[in-house]
Amino acid sequence: MLEYLLSFLILTGAVFTFIGSLGLARLKDFYTRLHGPTKATTLGVGSLLIASALLFSTRGDGVSLHEVLVTLFLFITAPVSAHLLAKAALHLELPSLAPAPQEETHDRQAGNSRGPGPHKGA
Amino acid sequence: MLSWVIPVAFALVTAAVAMNFWRLIRGPSLPDRILALDTLYVNTIALLVLLGIHLASALYFEAALLIALMGFVGTVALCKYLLRGDIIE
Repeated sequence: MLEYLLSFLILTGAVFTFIGSLGLARLKDFYTRLHGPTKATTLGVGSLLIASALLFSTRGDGVSLHEVLVTLFLFITAPVSAHLLAKAALHLELPSLAPAPQEETHDRQAGNSRGPGPHKGA
Repeated sequence: MLSWVIPVAFALVTAAVAMNFWRLIRGPSLPDRILALDTLYVNTIALLVLLGIHLASALYFEAALLIALMGFVGTVALCKYLLRGDIIE
């Protein structure tokens, strides 16, 4: 029973790590490439670390807590580094595939109720 | 069952590391390369954990923890350099 659970966790972790790096290699612009590894790879490594914690907790003496430390550290630091990478990319004004937001039309539609509209003033 | 799952997992994670290297060499901009390095250290942690499971040895977690620490510090330092032109202001 434990062996099946461990095999499932290890396979899930390896497949998610592979998918995250596949997204890093294959996607088109930087912002979508940022999306792949920061989520999928973190989940994959977390799953592998849970498998390792289960194995060493049931095999050796006592509960093994090294893996929980690594998992906690990775889960805290991965969003921070992704945020900094996105800030650096926006600072360098990297091209994005997404279309720019249409500010002008939204303002004209919503401008009737709030703000001094120049065409409705009198 | 673990006897064939672990080699398959090794192959998948090694392919992931190879794709990270491809993005590291190819990457058109600097944040792409920093992102490839960031993913590379996370995948190295995965490889070390797999090696620990395969050899049934608990010696590798300290190395994994050190790589996690130093990799995060390196990513933050490189991003700060891109953002500010300086690391410690």
